Amino acid sequence: MTDGYNFAYLDEQTKRMIRRSVLKAVAIPGYQVPFGSREMPLPYGWGTGGIQVTASIIGADDTLKVIDQGADDTTNAVSIRRFFARTTGVRTTTRTEEATIVQTRHRIPETPLREDQIIVFQVPIPEPLRWLEPREAETRRMHAYSDYAVMHVRLYEDVARYGHIATAYDYPVIVNDRYLMRPSPIPKFDNPKMDGCPALMLFGAGREKRIYAVPPYTSVKSLDFEDHPFRIESWTTTCALCGSGESFLDEVITDDKGGRMFVCSDTDYCGRRQASQGKAAE
Amino acid sequence: MYVAVKGGEAAIDAAHDLLARNRRGNPDVPELALDQISQQLSLAVDRVMTEGSIYDRELAALAIKQARGDLVEAIFLLRAYRTTLPRLAESRPIETGEALVRRRISATFKDLPGGQVLGGTFDYTHRLLDFGLAEPRPVSDKPASARPTDGVEAAIPRVLEFLNAEDLIERERRDEASPPDLTREPLEFPAPRALRLQNLARGDEGFLLSLGYSTQRGYGRNHPFAGEIRTCDVAVEIEPEELGFPITIGEITVTECEMVNQFKGSATEPARFTRGYGLVFGEAERKAMSMALVDRALRASELGEEIAAPAQDQEFVLYHSDSVEASGFVQHLKLPHYVDFQAELNVLRRIRAGTAQGAAAEPAESESAQ
Repeated sequence: MTDGYNFAYLDEQTKRMIRRSVLKAVAIPGYQVPFGSREMPLPYGWGTGGIQVTASIIGADDTLKVIDQGADDTTNAVSIRRFFARTTGVRTTTRTEEATIVQTRHRIPETPLREDQIIVFQVPIPEPLRWLEPREAETRRMHAYSDYAVMHVRLYEDVARYGHIATAYDYPVIVNDRYLMRPSPIPKFDNPKMDGCPALMLFGAGREKRIYAVPPYTSVKSLDFEDHPFRIESWTTTCALCGSGESFLDEVITDDKGGRMFVCSDTDYCGRRQASQGKAAE
Repeated sequence: MYVAVKGGEAAIDAAHDLLARNRRGNPDVPELALDQISQQLSLAVDRVMTEGSIYDRELAALAIKQARGDLVEAIFLLRAYRTTLPRLAESRPIETGEALVRRRISATFKDLPGGQVLGGTFDYTHRLLDFGLAEPRPVSDKPASARPTDGVEAAIPRVLEFLNAEDLIERERRDEASPPDLTREPLEFPAPRALRLQNLARGDEGFLLSLGYSTQRGYGRNHPFAGEIRTCDVAVEIEPEELGFPITIGEITVTECEMVNQFKGSATEPARFTRGYGLVFGEAERKAMSMALVDRALRASELGEEIAAPAQDQEFVLYHSDSVEASGFVQHLKLPHYVDFQAELNVLRRIRAGTAQGAAAEPAESESAQ
């Protein structure tokens, strides 16, 4: 552990302030709670919101998993995991089911989460209406009145132009039949995992100074139309490494002649499937 | 066969080693000492202290050294250190009227009590490279009496007070309440002036310079005059409750700019001059002037002016002024985004498949609507 700093870097007063914001967020699912975001020793955009949330809830008994793009071994995931290993000394893991806290950027693990787990999302822009209305004072008013017509119009414009909704990630959801929420830039493939999820979901936006939450077993509906129901993408191919036909696949370019392959973005899920197949083959 | 990229950990360690080596440069060249930076790159130190929101020349010099001279990175280093410091006390307002004045100029009056004090300024230098500086030169052997003094040790009245006397300029309202702390509470709108000034003081010099410039070119024009610019050493005092009287805890150098701006008056206000204010650590004068212009522009709504230009728009200015926030969010684009990009690729292929008849889309939308 790093000398001279408090457990998990933040001082206890700050953690308490953040936990109060988290509690408020849990009490009002999908509502963005402003909080006194601190300047962290990692840059804004690298996950300072998620890091502050994790730092304020983590205890010595926790086991932490950090993923970026679904993978445990991407540089930013490595860096954040190291940050907590250094400042807390807690056990870290790459196994989804071993973790008590999963901090993530851009994915929800394929392995279903449980009641005794918390998933912390890193959020760049928390406001779902931001591209439609740049002013915070105005978007807060729109939330207060549940005035979400502009978002429906935006989705309708996609239907009119392309014949279907063309939003691929950060797909807007309604939480607990009340607040419009950005699920953070996860692919819409992951949206169904949020609905009624047994795990607590916390969202931290450091630069924008907002925290929001989806409590366990809360309804999370992706916006759609009766005649254009929400759909997730699937691939005509399966993972080249583990053969999964149910996971989110990353496209990897293998040569400069158009060669490509598809592999699971969730490295833990993929690795475990490969290991069990190896065992079965023995 | 493709192997999932591993070794992020080793790569990061190697990158840190390389960074340290690049920072040091050729080891045959003597290493920079912190006092060299704080003495000879003093304006860089001033900027880092100002935008880093902490007055400590040594730490700022260290940050500049560690950041290889990248001032935005140095500001970030200082901020990340500052955030861990406890708040021990609140200082009393500094008094720039009673100080060692190193520079004091007014563009609105030819002469005035206290006089014009030029100070050490680039203003009237000819920007010709001084090739003589390429080699170390001996310290001036002029006798002390022939050298200019550091400044004027006297209570010099503030220029705008002369206008106050005639009620030609708005009076500053004295606010005894503790100012809000931007680094502890989230920014909320509309932001009071104390909070806006705090934001501007921490704001990126380049951003404020351009915004201030835009007001001069007609985007939120407010007809400024530089009423007074002064650089002075002031005492910082705190008043511990148990003592009941103020004690001086140190001295800092600040540069202050008071702009005088035209105001035609409104239904409730008579025509009079209005003010824009800038204050920075050290001699970051360009920043102080820019800050004063932007401060005045941001007062548009309280003065009943139409808000039409970026510099007058609180959310636009205050949300985008911070170099640490801006630099982080712009540069985070280099982090992996392949999941979102894959999702976008899927959508684009589907759109293209829909337009080009008969082309089979690689990824299809699942029919299992949920």
